[in-house]
Amino acid sequence: MKIKLTVNGEQHSLDVEPRRILADVLREDCRLTGTHLGCEHGVCGACTVLVDGEAVRACLMLAVQCDGRSVRTVEGLSSPDGEPHPLQRAFSAEHALQCGFCTPGFLMVAAGALEADPTIADDSERIDGLVESNICRCTGYEPIRRAIMRAAAESASRGKP
Amino acid sequence: MKPATFDYVAPHTVHETLDALGDTERDVRVLAGGQSLILEMHLQRIRPDLVVDINRVAGLDHLNLDNGAVRVGALVRHGVFESPQAVPGPLGRLFALAVVNIAHPPIRARGTMVGSLAWAHPASEWCAIALALDAAIEVRSADRAREIAVHDYFRGALQTARARDELITSVRFPLLGDNTGVGFIEHRRTHFCFAQVAVATALAVHDGVIEQARIGLVNCADRPVRARAAEQALVGAEVGSPGTGYRLPDGHPFIRAGRIAAEQDAAPLAEPYADPEYRRNAIAVLVGRTLRQAATDYQVQAGNGATGGRL
Repeated sequence: MKIKLTVNGEQHSLDVEPRRILADVLREDCRLTGTHLGCEHGVCGACTVLVDGEAVRACLMLAVQCDGRSVRTVEGLSSPDGEPHPLQRAFSAEHALQCGFCTPGFLMVAAGALEADPTIADDSERIDGLVESNICRCTGYEPIRRAIMRAAAESASRGKP
Repeated sequence: MKPATFDYVAPHTVHETLDALGDTERDVRVLAGGQSLILEMHLQRIRPDLVVDINRVAGLDHLNLDNGAVRVGALVRHGVFESPQAVPGPLGRLFALAVVNIAHPPIRARGTMVGSLAWAHPASEWCAIALALDAAIEVRSADRAREIAVHDYFRGALQTARARDELITSVRFPLLGDNTGVGFIEHRRTHFCFAQVAVATALAVHDGVIEQARIGLVNCADRPVRARAAEQALVGAEVGSPGTGYRLPDGHPFIRAGRIAAEQDAAPLAEPYADPEYRRNAIAVLVGRTLRQAATDYQVQAGNGATGGRL
């Protein structure tokens, strides 16, 4: 089945079987291997990407469902000149990753939430909800939580005149 | 594993959807949120011949009020109900209490309430709430439209009264009166697990006395359960003050109702880490706590002058 995907602003015209999930098509057809697949059960969250700005599990969506839609992966986080996204800088500063396998998923779930609502840092329960969404076997989550708070605070202060 | 091959259509109207569902010779599945269906397809426990993706069908994403009820369309995502204001009054508060127990934000952004009702998993929060609140399931096929009362709808684990050629277009919940206190508590091993037991309650109170109790039990049988014996035992009981201790005294009506729900209403099955005896105990405790939460909810609302029940 022929579909058109906009991935990180770039148009891809693809011919994919309906059975193929979005994460596999991103990795194999678009060659964007930053999106990781852990459990393929929707549990671990490593494959989280933004579809039309909303964080979703790329293992629980068929690529054909995204025909005509806009997908953003971890490769699309940094600015075109290579400047890291505030979340990426915050993850580095707070040591919010060790092995890094889960990091793309955490970055994307946080990016989706921050872009939808920059005031999210004021609500610690919602930050907890985000951090709980995905599985990290290295960090114990607290550094990830701090990193999201740091990036949110930075975005909020930059947003002010 | 990856999903087995299947044919895929993405209709734009309900009419086209119903045409596709009319092919009852084949295994046809409706894809709404897909957060259960695609998982089952990964595991190849479901190998559909045809997947009908309804995400592009116009008009199924409406959430509207209709004559004292709220109608939730087939594409209304779980996440919508995180705001207690999404639905008016105590019903909105109950939905908001329950919805945070459903997986995680990215799953709640895709999964739908109607999809949960269609899938009819015994551990589904929405199924037990729908049962407790006398919701109506609205279905259509190519040649008829009908409404299934929720007490006729659940037929067992993943079994419902929906015919294969029918699409659930919406579910209708009667709104709860302002004099209602609501509660929802879930018990599970980790946030990544399904509920071992969860309880939904709504207590309608008049002059400090419980006029009507509604209790829905999640994962307490092979299907959602309405704890009718426990509900009966609560009618006429004083809603009382929430109290300060960690536990209610043994003879308290909420504790008694919990025991009745566990012994008479529930039919818990054994599953890893939760044998029936453990679950009966958990049900008794959780029903008591949820009733107490509903009583507190009622008191807080009445105290705020938000309801006319007591003031």
